[in-house]
Amino acid sequence: MHNLVNFLTAGILATAPLLFGVLGEILTEKSGNLNLGVEGMMFMGGIGGLLGAYYYGLSTDTPSTFVAVLLAILCSMLCAGFGAFLFSVLTITLRANQNVTGLALTIFGVGFANFFGEAVAASDPNRVLAVSESVRNAFNGPIFPPAMVQIPFLGKLLFSHNFMVYLSILLALVLSLFLYHSRKGLNLRAVGENPATADAAGVNVTLYKYVATCLGGAISGLGGLYLVMNAACGVGGVWVHNCIDGYGWLAVALVIFSVWSPSRAVLCSLVFGGLSVMRYYYPVSWIPSTIYDIIPYLTTAVVLIAVSIRNSRQSQPPESLGLAYFREER
Amino acid sequence: MQNNAVSMRGVTKRFGEVVANHDVSLDIREGEILALLGENGSGKTTIMNMLSGIYYPDAGQIFVRGQEESIRSPKDAFRLGIGMVHQHFKLVEVFTAAENILLGMSGNGRFDKKTAATEIAALAQRYGFDLDPQRKIYDMAVSEKQTVEIIKVLYRGADILILDEPTAVLTPQETEKLFKVLRNMRDDGKSIVIITHKLSEVMAISDRVTVLRRGEYIDTLNTKETNPQALADRMVGRALKLNIDRPEPQNPQTRLMVSKLSCRSPEGLRVLDGVSFEARSGEILGIAGVGGSGQRELCEAIAGLYPMESGDIRYLAPDGKDPKGESLRGMSPTAIRALGVSLAFVPEDRLGMGLVGSMGMVENMMLKSYAEGKSFLTDHKPSKNLAEDVRRRLGVVTPDLKTPVQRLSGGNVQKVLLGREIASKPSVLMAAYPVRGLDINSSYMIYSLLNEQKKEGAAVIYVGEDLDVLLELCDRILVLCGGQVSGIVDGRSVTKEEVGLMMTQVKEDRPHDA
Repeated sequence: MHNLVNFLTAGILATAPLLFGVLGEILTEKSGNLNLGVEGMMFMGGIGGLLGAYYYGLSTDTPSTFVAVLLAILCSMLCAGFGAFLFSVLTITLRANQNVTGLALTIFGVGFANFFGEAVAASDPNRVLAVSESVRNAFNGPIFPPAMVQIPFLGKLLFSHNFMVYLSILLALVLSLFLYHSRKGLNLRAVGENPATADAAGVNVTLYKYVATCLGGAISGLGGLYLVMNAACGVGGVWVHNCIDGYGWLAVALVIFSVWSPSRAVLCSLVFGGLSVMRYYYPVSWIPSTIYDIIPYLTTAVVLIAVSIRNSRQSQPPESLGLAYFREER
Repeated sequence: MQNNAVSMRGVTKRFGEVVANHDVSLDIREGEILALLGENGSGKTTIMNMLSGIYYPDAGQIFVRGQEESIRSPKDAFRLGIGMVHQHFKLVEVFTAAENILLGMSGNGRFDKKTAATEIAALAQRYGFDLDPQRKIYDMAVSEKQTVEIIKVLYRGADILILDEPTAVLTPQETEKLFKVLRNMRDDGKSIVIITHKLSEVMAISDRVTVLRRGEYIDTLNTKETNPQALADRMVGRALKLNIDRPEPQNPQTRLMVSKLSCRSPEGLRVLDGVSFEARSGEILGIAGVGGSGQRELCEAIAGLYPMESGDIRYLAPDGKDPKGESLRGMSPTAIRALGVSLAFVPEDRLGMGLVGSMGMVENMMLKSYAEGKSFLTDHKPSKNLAEDVRRRLGVVTPDLKTPVQRLSGGNVQKVLLGREIASKPSVLMAAYPVRGLDINSSYMIYSLLNEQKKEGAAVIYVGEDLDVLLELCDRILVLCGGQVSGIVDGRSVTKEEVGLMMTQVKEDRPHDA
């Protein structure tokens, strides 16, 4: 039982970065934009947030942890959002091919993050780009009082996580509420399904696409920040070369896995996050660890196939996903 | 006398070189049903698109309830209470009816789907529509989708309603139901404009009728005081003299026999209904009709590209060995083409059918012949010779035979298409809209090409939009109306007015041969 709780807790920790990526990409894709640059934007979000906290720490003698965390989040979202903005300009205004642009954004983001990460590390006296201990703890420690964490089973399972985990789940709820229970969400979904219809109904298609794509990118960037700051998934508060390591691509796949629904995204990320840490808690001696490691990826592939075969009208991608929109002229 | 809900004065709209509307003035009165009558391309939809904010006029004024207004977007139109139901529905398939209706509405008040659904249901009931607000669009029949469109407009508070060819997708029973609803709305004080080319509908539903022709305003009449013939005359205008060559048919023999051909569209609508005719060698058979009357489906059915529901198409080979002919039913398009039945279809975008835009002339020639080759590699030589031949004989202007055809001008593209079809020496040549968008000289070039084929003994079927051309080029003219043959007439003796009337209504008593 103890092992199960530990396993589930670790699974939840591994879930959050994916969930950010998936939620951001869902918001983006609901506007009809297929942004394959999630990986790149996560890199940008990671380095942006790290640099924000790092330079704030350098700039003042008495750094406030709260301000540092806030700045990290803000810079992370701005930096990743900037990547998404580039994507928006290219695909929405200039109508470039979305797949190609997304791939380019990934390559750009990876290079951008590694370049700045290593360049700043080289200029630091300790030859490392790292945030202070207190900021690191803020990103890793529980936010609920110890009394709650100590409740048997449930305490650790529900209350022991860092604030980013709760933020990601809260975001899923907000996004779900926005998409399915607000006028703006209805308009946004219409833009992704059938922009011509939305346009005729008086919805500003270009504006919706820009806002959704940039905001989606910014949210994905938080996943990158999580990976950089969290000790369970990375080193924790230190820049490591190529630290995002494919999480962005997983997020793109998980969007399909969760059939474009934010609430289902929580569940799908949880399954994947759990599978990805399972081997540490339930090792099977006769399965080589390298084989065990591919189980989550294999599961994703199988589910993708299953979802594609099922072919129901409700679980389809937004109808005009990946297509540029321009008003028809004669 | 009723007040004018809308007055348009001197409205002009150009698309590049093309003048879609020239100096059009018309009035829509309060509490009336106005029919806007005209052929395809007469600018009916364009003028109404300017009222609903899709296009912005280049010149002219629009008054709504006496106030001059500038309508720059559909939103502006909604604000003025003007709503348009387009021919192609603008609905999101995975949304419910209610969601579609609420789409784009500004956020005053709570976003409460339940209240909205009740309001929508009440609105539907008031005018006699059947609608379940919670149903998904993809579960609906075409007529229900139209209902959603109309209620969408009403829900936004429109009292000036524009319907673009609303009956094109409806069965007669559904049309009757729609008309009933429209009358209810008129009696409620709403102004309704119905864009149509069907005279029977004009007579059945409208209070007044405004006729447009070639983008210009022709006349407005009170429906009660006019008759279909007078309307058809105004719609098609006086015959023009074009001086197109028309040689006498030499030794005509039946080449293609179509009997009681019926087809249904994938949506289940009857697009061809008991069509019977024969095409003869050495003769040009014209096919007239307003756009979408089944011309495309007819050509495609003959070419084996459209499924037949019932009826038969028989091909009688020129050697005359088989007097009963061979049925094309169930034959593959390739087999039909091998018999010598050739289709050159020029769609509205001019490139969609038959040619690959990014390929050059040589490769496009090859599309038709590559299957004949035996070796693994393709042989470019014959296609290259053919391309060179087409270029020389038809005077195709292209920098190089390898230049992608989409970079050529429209006329040259059509020459390439027609040249390729003619090169296979077809015994039946179907040319659908071959002069679409061409200038006068290129058009005459195409006419003489068709005449050449006629002299060589091919049975030519010419589908055209321009009645004047049909009347001077064709030996016989088959008139289609709503998928039915409303008559087959002699091209030399028939008048434009007669054809115009046949295009807009089916006369049961007209003999089906000429």
